[in-house]
Amino acid sequence: MDTSRSYLEPSSFSKKLAATIIIVYAVVTLIPISWMVMTSFKNVNSAISYPPEVFFEPSLEGYVNLFTNRSRQSKEYLDSLPPPDNWYEELVRSREMVITGPSKFLGRYSNSMIIGFGSTFASVFLGALAAYAFSRFKVPLKDDLLFFILSTRMFPPIAVAVPIFIMYRKLGLGDTHLGMIILYTVVNLSLAVWLLKGFMDEIPREYEEAAMIDGYSRLQAFFKVVLPQAMTGIAATAIFCMIFSWNEYAFAVLLTQFNAQTAPPFIPTIIGEGGLDWPAIGAGTTLFLLPVMIFTIILRKHLLRGITFGAVRK
Amino acid sequence: MSQIKIVNLQKSFGDFTAVKNSNLKINDKEFFVLLGPSGCGKTTTLRMIAGLELPTSGEIYLGDEEVGMLRASERDIAFVFQLFALYPHMNVKNNLSFPLKMQGYTRDEIKTRVEEAAKLLRIDHILNSNISSLSGGDRQRVALGRALVRRPKAFLMDEPLGTLDAEFRELMCLELKKLHLDIGATTVYVTHDQLEAMSLADRIAVMDGGEILQADEPAVIYNKPTTKFVASFIGSPGMNFINIDQGISNEQSTLNIEGTNFTIPKQHEVSKGKKNSFGIRPENLSLTNEGGLKGSVFGVEYLGSRKIVTVKTNVGEIKVKTDISTNIKLKENIQVKPSNNNIIIFDGETDKSLKSEFIN
Repeated sequence: MDTSRSYLEPSSFSKKLAATIIIVYAVVTLIPISWMVMTSFKNVNSAISYPPEVFFEPSLEGYVNLFTNRSRQSKEYLDSLPPPDNWYEELVRSREMVITGPSKFLGRYSNSMIIGFGSTFASVFLGALAAYAFSRFKVPLKDDLLFFILSTRMFPPIAVAVPIFIMYRKLGLGDTHLGMIILYTVVNLSLAVWLLKGFMDEIPREYEEAAMIDGYSRLQAFFKVVLPQAMTGIAATAIFCMIFSWNEYAFAVLLTQFNAQTAPPFIPTIIGEGGLDWPAIGAGTTLFLLPVMIFTIILRKHLLRGITFGAVRK
Repeated sequence: MSQIKIVNLQKSFGDFTAVKNSNLKINDKEFFVLLGPSGCGKTTTLRMIAGLELPTSGEIYLGDEEVGMLRASERDIAFVFQLFALYPHMNVKNNLSFPLKMQGYTRDEIKTRVEEAAKLLRIDHILNSNISSLSGGDRQRVALGRALVRRPKAFLMDEPLGTLDAEFRELMCLELKKLHLDIGATTVYVTHDQLEAMSLADRIAVMDGGEILQADEPAVIYNKPTTKFVASFIGSPGMNFINIDQGISNEQSTLNIEGTNFTIPKQHEVSKGKKNSFGIRPENLSLTNEGGLKGSVFGVEYLGSRKIVTVKTNVGEIKVKTDISTNIKLKENIQVKPSNNNIIIFDGETDKSLKSEFIN
């Protein structure tokens, strides 16, 4: 009998099976994403060619179209122009168009950044303070309050869209960064409080007691001793909050138009001349995907520890 | 350094009173141990001295200052936790300098003090290590170091050796004692381990049910316990108690148990109740063939240098500590009698020891 292997370790067959399942699953989920990324590097014609082209000559046309506004011009007019100054000008002119200015994409994208990171920071910061209070202090009606906080999450947010729309208009918060940050923070806060309370509960009180005896106030102890130890929880919570605010579409459509419009309602409006400009849409969604992906990869180490945190008592 | 005094200290959590009307005076430079079973209020008392709990009523003096309602950070005491509570996100050096940073010392002063403490505790070689890489003993030393660097008015320790294994605990016990002799700091130490208490303490306070039952030197606590609980809690095995179903009169000096007359210390207190008991430690008893309480051997335990013989008598099981050379077999018929006059009569109503020639 082979005794070199622990009984707890999976056999090589089940390892292979698991690997196969994971690979198949990964391929299935990655196909649409890789198709999207590929589309962003195609030109307008190869994007809609049939049968679809898997191998194609890469082009940055989608990205150029995403970042610029263009107008179609006559051949004579184009010929009368001086030679193009740069590669993207040249690319646009080969399609018988000229660049008339930058598109709104960059502005929408930075709105998404400001609102996404702003509301994530606010949710995590406020959530951590509330979670700490719930975890450590005798709060009257603690259980009811916690349930109330959770119950705000049970309500589909879109059900209150009309009241919020009217409220925001009266308060002058409609189409402002602050308004969107507040709105997303409110939605995320319940999740943040609950997630972080779990993490805070796991941190022994002795740490902050030690800090308080060492001469620190409770708030100082919270920042210097409790928060660094709740880092895994904070990372996990931040990712969840970020994903929500980054992807949120319905309220963004309803409440923002010019000033604070985020990328999700903007991307579908990228319509080229004479049909949908698929490469530009592909480019927009690819760029839209990047920040959350990078954010998650940066925090991945914490996230993995965060999800399994507290599963085993030390 | 300074003395600590608690006056009429009381702490309730809802309906539950954790500490009842306690009074204590801990002298300057004393190593004082609060000893008792879990839930007796010893840790709550310590936490109130530290400022981690606020008293329901009563006063706490640190030196001449009443600190009962001050925050922990304003009291200038150091606390060593059972689980050490070393900050896991800092290395050893930062753990040690953390309390000093708050007090506005210059970088050089902090460095000097940290190195001084590290040298004293022999942890100077691990100053740059992470907490997670340390052994239990080193963590213990770092925790002590963090308390030490501040040179506080008093050290409070909550079962600091509780998580160490037995062998190491003994070693740390010795080190703690030596450290206390070196720096002469007022120390209040909480434990449920009587051996630890006996070996470390200048004085011990035994607590039960939120009350301080007796506070005295270890030898006095051991030999002259003032209550039945103290007598049974201290000592391994604890004191033997024999119910005597008779009152005690003043000047009484003999006691008849099961038809045999025993000499007891001349009593100075009267107890009319019938539920009194006769207490004697196992080492003050001897095995004999006549003139004692009749019984049979029920169990024999070898403790290396001594033997504990359990004798089943008509008045219950009695444990006798005998010499290792005593040759005794199970079920053998034997008699037990006191080998000296270290006998205490406990009042059945109050569980207190009655005053006598031996105990006052």
